[in-house]
This record gives sequence, structure tokens and C-alpha cells, in this order.
Amino acid sequence: MIGLMHYLAVAAILFTLGVLGIFLNRRNIILMLMAIELILLAVNINLVAFSAYLGDLTGQVFAMFVLTVAAAEAAIGLAILVIFFRRRGSIAVDDVNRMRG
Amino acid sequence: MIAVLAFYLFATLTIASAVAVIFARNPVHSVLWLIMAFFNAAGLMLLLGAEFIAMLLVIVYVGAVAVLFLFIVMMLNIDFAALRSGFSKNLPFGLIIALVLLAEMVVAVSAWKAGPVTGGVQPAATTQPNIEALGELLYSRFLFPFEIAGLILLVAMIGAIVLTHRSRGDARGQKVWRQVDRRPDEAIKLEQPKVGEGVKL
Repeated sequence: MIGLMHYLAVAAILFTLGVLGIFLNRRNIILMLMAIELILLAVNINLVAFSAYLGDLTGQVFAMFVLTVAAAEAAIGLAILVIFFRRRGSIAVDDVNRMRG
Repeated sequence: MIAVLAFYLFATLTIASAVAVIFARNPVHSVLWLIMAFFNAAGLMLLLGAEFIAMLLVIVYVGAVAVLFLFIVMMLNIDFAALRSGFSKNLPFGLIIALVLLAEMVVAVSAWKAGPVTGGVQPAATTQPNIEALGELLYSRFLFPFEIAGLILLVAMIGAIVLTHRSRGDARGQKVWRQVDRRPDEAIKLEQPKVGEGVKL
């Protein structure tokens, strides 16, 4: 039978893959944002799994809030990306440290 | 039995798509794999009985966030080959970090299992649908966080518009004040003069 552990294992693997994605694609900020989305998805799976197995709906409410923040973060992040690309013509993360002051 | 099969199907596909997101050479493929991962995660949540979150995941993530990513990836003319240059250099370090993280999570879960199980009692299943129960909770106990969530979305929307908006210098917009200021005597008059009389200026 499928227990809580199975869902936790899936979420743990997904979270680790997200962190790995951030470290592997150090220069590509779009892929870094996608890896962050994967991490938030893992968190959501954890919240919903605990909510289902403990019989408490609060976990699902918090999953909704995480979803909200993830959507806002993606919108703002991509907007910053667009204006950065307009100004520099590249999205390499290494170039960002020239934006001093 | 079907639930077990469905779980393993969704879980395997979610993880496989997540791997493909990270390792895909083309970012457009990455976004498409991300959509696949979200769909399968929604399936996992359906299996858990969280129908509303599952549908929300499909609508918000697949319908909005992933499409936004797709737009950005296709809109910007980016040389993605150059961005992948550090990939193999970062691979060992990233793998070490990921493995340490996974080991930590395994340790945490086994410690949680060894300890006293809090709240392991399954409450009696209610006949109330998931969406109704969630709505009642959301509009009573979590009303204030719910409003804050709405505010966050508003701020994100305004912020994204303000950040990406630019006023073009060569744009010719409508000038309302000139239309309002217009007088009949400055306007063009249409006349039909008779032959030989001419026009009075």
C-alpha cells in the first residue's frame, strides 16, 4: 500500500533535483527559475501529503499560499530578466555583478 | 491496486520529467518537461484526495507560469550554447551538494519515524467535498492570510508591469486636450462657391 513515506520520497527526490539544477545551470537564469519552481513543487507535495495523512486541511491551505508566492515570484523574476536582457543583451548570471550602484 | 499503479506511474514520470528539465539542451524542451512534471504532480495530488490543489496546479502552473516561461524563452534571443559552458565544471560540486541534501532528508525522515508519531490517528472521512472544506477553512480561519495572498498577487502584477513598461519616444498617441480645445473658427470649412464669385477668406 502507498504510505506517507512514498510521497515524502518523491518530494525529497524532486527537491534534490531542483537544487542540483540550480548548481548545474549556474549561468542560465531561466533554468535556475525553473529549478526553483521544481523545489516549490516538492514543498507542495510534502504539504499536501502530510495534510492528507494527518487529516488536517491546513496543509492544503498552505500549499495554496506557496502556489501564490511561486506565481508572483515567477512573474517578477521574469520581468527583471526581460529588462536585464534589454539592457545587456545577455542573461548570464556572471554579468549581473556589473550592476553596482 | 490501481491506486498503487497510478502512484508509481505519476511518481516515476514526475521525477523523470524533473531530470529532463535540468538536463535538456534546449530551454524550450525544458519548459515542456516542466509542464509534464506539473501534470504528473497534479496526478499525485489527486491520488491524495486534494482535488482542488491538483486543479489549481494545472491552471496556475501549466496555464500561467509555464506559458510565461515559454514566452520569455522564445521572446528573448539568447545564445543558450554559451550559457551551458559551465555545465560539466559544476557537475561534481552540484552532485555532491545534491547527495548530501538527499542523505540529510533520509536521516530526517528516519528520525521522524523513530520518534513518537504525532497525530497518526486518521480522523473519520467526511462526506464533505474537498473544495467545500477548503473554502470554509479559507474564508474563516485563514481569511487574513488569504487577503495577504491577494495583495501579493496585486503587487506582483503591478511590479511586473512597471518593470517591463517602457515609453517609446516615436509613438504617436491620441492628444485629448487638443481635441477638446478645438473651436469652430479654426476648423476647416467646406464651401461650394458659385462660378465667378470666388471665396471670401
